[in-house]
Amino acid sequence: MTQLNEAVIEDKLIFEASDFTRKSSSLAPDIDVDTVTKSLPEHLLRKSDLQLPQVGELQVVRHYTRLSQKNFSIDTHFYPLGSCTMKYNPRACNTLAQLPGFTGRHPMAHSSMSQGIMSCLYDLQNMLMEATGMKQVSLTPMAGAQGEFAGVAMIRAYHDHNKDDARTEIIVPDAAHGTNPATAVMCGYKVRELPTNDQGDVDIEALKAMIGPQTAGIMLTNPSTLGVFERKIKQIADMIHEVGGLLYYDGANLNAILGKVKPGDMGFDVIHMNLHKTFSTPHGGGGPGAGPVGVSERLQPFLPVPMVALKDGQYYWLTEDELPLSIGHLSAWMGNAGILLRAYIYALLLGREGMQRVAEFATLNANYLLQRFADAGFEIAFPERRASHEFILTLRKEAKQYGTNAMDFAKRLLDYGFHAPTTYFPLLVPECFLIEPTETEAKTDLDGFVKAMELILEEARESPEVLKQAPYSLPVRRLDDVKAARELDLNYYQSHAE
Amino acid sequence: MSDIPQELKYTKSHEWVRVEEDGTLTVGITEHAQGLLGDMVFVELPEVGESYEAEQDCAVVESVKAASDIYCPVEGEVVEVNEELEDAPEQINVNAYHEGWIFRINPSNPDDVDNLMNADDYAALVEAEEH
Amino acid sequence: MPYIPHTSQEIAEMLSVIGVDSIEQLFDEIPPELRSDGLDNIPSRRSEMQVQRLLTEKSMQDGTPLCFAGGGAYEHHIPAAIWEIATRGEFYSAYTPYQAEASQGTLQVIYEFQTMIASLTGMDVSNASLYDGASGLGEAVLMSVRANRKAKSKRILMPATVSSVYRQVVETIVKHQGITLDIIDFDRANGTIDIDKLKQQSEPFAALVIPQPNYFGCMEDVHSLTDWAHEQGAMVIGLVNPVALALLEAPGNWGTQGVDIAVGEAQPLGIPLSSGGPYIGFMACKQKLVRQLPGRIVGRTVDLDGKPGFSLTLQAREQHIRRSKATSNICTNQGLMATATTLYLAFMGRDGLQKVAASCVHNTQALIELLKTSPGISFPFGTSVFHEFVITLPADVDQVIEAMAEEDIVAGIDISQYYAQDGLENALLICVTETKSPEDMAFFADTLNKVISDLTGGAQ
Repeated sequence: MTQLNEAVIEDKLIFEASDFTRKSSSLAPDIDVDTVTKSLPEHLLRKSDLQLPQVGELQVVRHYTRLSQKNFSIDTHFYPLGSCTMKYNPRACNTLAQLPGFTGRHPMAHSSMSQGIMSCLYDLQNMLMEATGMKQVSLTPMAGAQGEFAGVAMIRAYHDHNKDDARTEIIVPDAAHGTNPATAVMCGYKVRELPTNDQGDVDIEALKAMIGPQTAGIMLTNPSTLGVFERKIKQIADMIHEVGGLLYYDGANLNAILGKVKPGDMGFDVIHMNLHKTFSTPHGGGGPGAGPVGVSERLQPFLPVPMVALKDGQYYWLTEDELPLSIGHLSAWMGNAGILLRAYIYALLLGREGMQRVAEFATLNANYLLQRFADAGFEIAFPERRASHEFILTLRKEAKQYGTNAMDFAKRLLDYGFHAPTTYFPLLVPECFLIEPTETEAKTDLDGFVKAMELILEEARESPEVLKQAPYSLPVRRLDDVKAARELDLNYYQSHAE
Repeated sequence: MSDIPQELKYTKSHEWVRVEEDGTLTVGITEHAQGLLGDMVFVELPEVGESYEAEQDCAVVESVKAASDIYCPVEGEVVEVNEELEDAPEQINVNAYHEGWIFRINPSNPDDVDNLMNADDYAALVEAEEH
Repeated sequence: MPYIPHTSQEIAEMLSVIGVDSIEQLFDEIPPELRSDGLDNIPSRRSEMQVQRLLTEKSMQDGTPLCFAGGGAYEHHIPAAIWEIATRGEFYSAYTPYQAEASQGTLQVIYEFQTMIASLTGMDVSNASLYDGASGLGEAVLMSVRANRKAKSKRILMPATVSSVYRQVVETIVKHQGITLDIIDFDRANGTIDIDKLKQQSEPFAALVIPQPNYFGCMEDVHSLTDWAHEQGAMVIGLVNPVALALLEAPGNWGTQGVDIAVGEAQPLGIPLSSGGPYIGFMACKQKLVRQLPGRIVGRTVDLDGKPGFSLTLQAREQHIRRSKATSNICTNQGLMATATTLYLAFMGRDGLQKVAASCVHNTQALIELLKTSPGISFPFGTSVFHEFVITLPADVDQVIEAMAEEDIVAGIDISQYYAQDGLENALLICVTETKSPEDMAFFADTLNKVISDLTGGAQ
């Protein structure tokens, strides 16, 4: 195999380019520091080193621009990362959210100076209520995981308020995102794991056996993380409600059903939405996200604050004064307002027509890819089922026959210029690829992806070593994760002290 | 089939137990378990002097991709832990049954150990899990 | 169709490969009685041009006032290059760096971020960031309880000099874990932790939170507080402003041992005010606590050829592996914000950050001097502060803020709403950063004097 990485130039750390005698910044104010520090209490002054790099402005620009070029991103590559919804982030959302009136507003600015942003947030609340069929929405959670926390905390607040304190368990399917059980524990609940049947639906008999007066609620994703719609959702909802529990909807896959079916109609009492998925706000290399929550009527009093309300043409903040039973504040102010704004702009650009097409074309692309992979000889995890916006391949056959596992396929895909799908999640399916193409990808890119997988399958048959050593064409080859964990190097100055 | 020494006792959560001459029990994870977990990067040891019930989680072994609880095989008090694992967790990979031991307990009821699996039963369990 | 590139011919081909007649048929597993395609309350789609016009109008409605408010959100100059680079598609539209080889850019940036935060705070290791400072403090409290089991207590000493908003967020996050926050009163004369009352604590506690500078802008006696808490077998959580750390001692060097966990809000480092978010929490700790640290962490390692590279590490602590036993349910860091923060610190460097901090102190003292001559205004806690200070007004604080708003000034924060029971009436928290010119400060002082005079009928 040819080494394609010869052209990649070694990039240093910014600290290695630093020289403390360099004084070239025009970015800081001109002031004599020593004169000022005399006015501060001497014993509280900094005496330890402040090791921040001193580098010229162009050199900083070049360093980080070059680093950016070492990333795969939606703007540069097909990125079919299942469950993460890597679709186009319209540039207009970013540009308009950075208008000075929005970026310059202090969170405590008087409401007379805040009607513009508050009107945007109010409209977004209403649009999300309509899209989900929930009675009220609070925008404040700063990420999906925080939305989950808010949701389960509301379930708990509801039971506590009803003095129903025997409810100690939250039921979570075994295929669920890891955040679900982690969140339930943060809210003080025990987790009961619910098995999935071989069709990808939850095991109703097992559910029957585990519900009762101890059940606080159940957390479900629908379509599930297995990429299929939970067909017995209504029955599940009735079963849970009959024993006095509540249903939590993990909105990670809301994009699959937008305008087709609403969580509120399925019987859910509380949901969170990942705006960075369904509403296309940027993933930013891992955040910031935004995880608004929506609730049915009975959970309305417990919503996190603040929210925006409208009275006599004036927008104002709803706080714990109006909602004394609220679970409280999750962030210092209004959550990730700048991200909420991007979602609002995206919703305006799509409109109701565009929103429906999100689910339609995400589903079309997924089912098309699924069929193409099936035709190419790959094993589909749930071949009897219709794919939602994503689906699962299992490479267990390839692992057994050629000794090439899902990770090897993933790494080799990078060489072909495709970001790998999600690997090894859900944990239920061995050697799995969770593939989510999203609605914004063109057929030609989907075809190219299938072609690459066919080529890799051929390589696996003929020379599996090629896969096991991949990738070859990226800035680095496969990394030693064991060394990374055993010999922790998390801080340049600590690990490379002279 | 991985190595399953005849003289040891086993749990269904893949711990091995050796009855020492002084009546204490040495505990580790089996060759089979370390193979499933992969390269160890960290071991969280129990505190000496702490008491645990049978099947209570008391330690954690961590590989790059997984973290797994270690359960106390029978009720008892921890009398010694293998501190060398703090710097060299890979000893569990290298020799799960000797240098890779994790902790030693003083069992509340010495007879409890009789209820654990013998090597043949454990071999059957591993066999069943692999299919 | 917005953002959907399919031609009708392609749609037909795709449907035929799948073996269905219509896209609608792909939804046939959803029970029909649940179907609902009404999105009536969502407006019809608009063109980018129309949306641009609408949003421009809305943004102009809020204006660009002169801002003297702080309280956890600070206006600083943001070098133009930061957001040009941070919003490059390669950073903006990448995901969490699970495939390390295809994410070396993001990973190296985070490693540099961790190094810079560790250096600023004087701690050994930092994580890749948290949502914001307030929720970060909540995570620090959870971490201290996990890490300090020896204290056999889930009690946290939380000074009243920590922002009340922060305290509310912490309460929301930790209350289901049996953790209690005991509020420590403040000294009425100097606006810092009441050390006598603090030392009356006789029950064990897991950790003491020490803000520096505190919510009133005053500086706590961090060295003696840290040593005292450690003597009680408790941990210390330093809640710090990162700009102030250019001049004030790093929490890693407070007292004889330094704090155990340092946490704070990195918004002042290159992130716009933006109505309160997205911001970025930072958290750093001593090496021995690294496995208790929540959130993502990036490590430096080598590849197959021995070449240095970066990858996510210590993932086994996290929710996607550890599930119900994870250190936290957190998935994301604030990646894009961490990128901007790293850029800010790289552009500023050590000297630049010191100048920004010194300029804040200088300007704050300048405005204090102007206000000292204002009739009726007093300084309940003195004036030895970093870049914020409290004044009490001879008029209703809400009315003052509203009247100042009419002059296009964000006057500050009414903190009486949080401290009314502590005797702080008509108290305004004012912040002055390097962004304010002498003219801005003179305008502020003149306007405030006029507003007070109007409201008190000239009595002042």
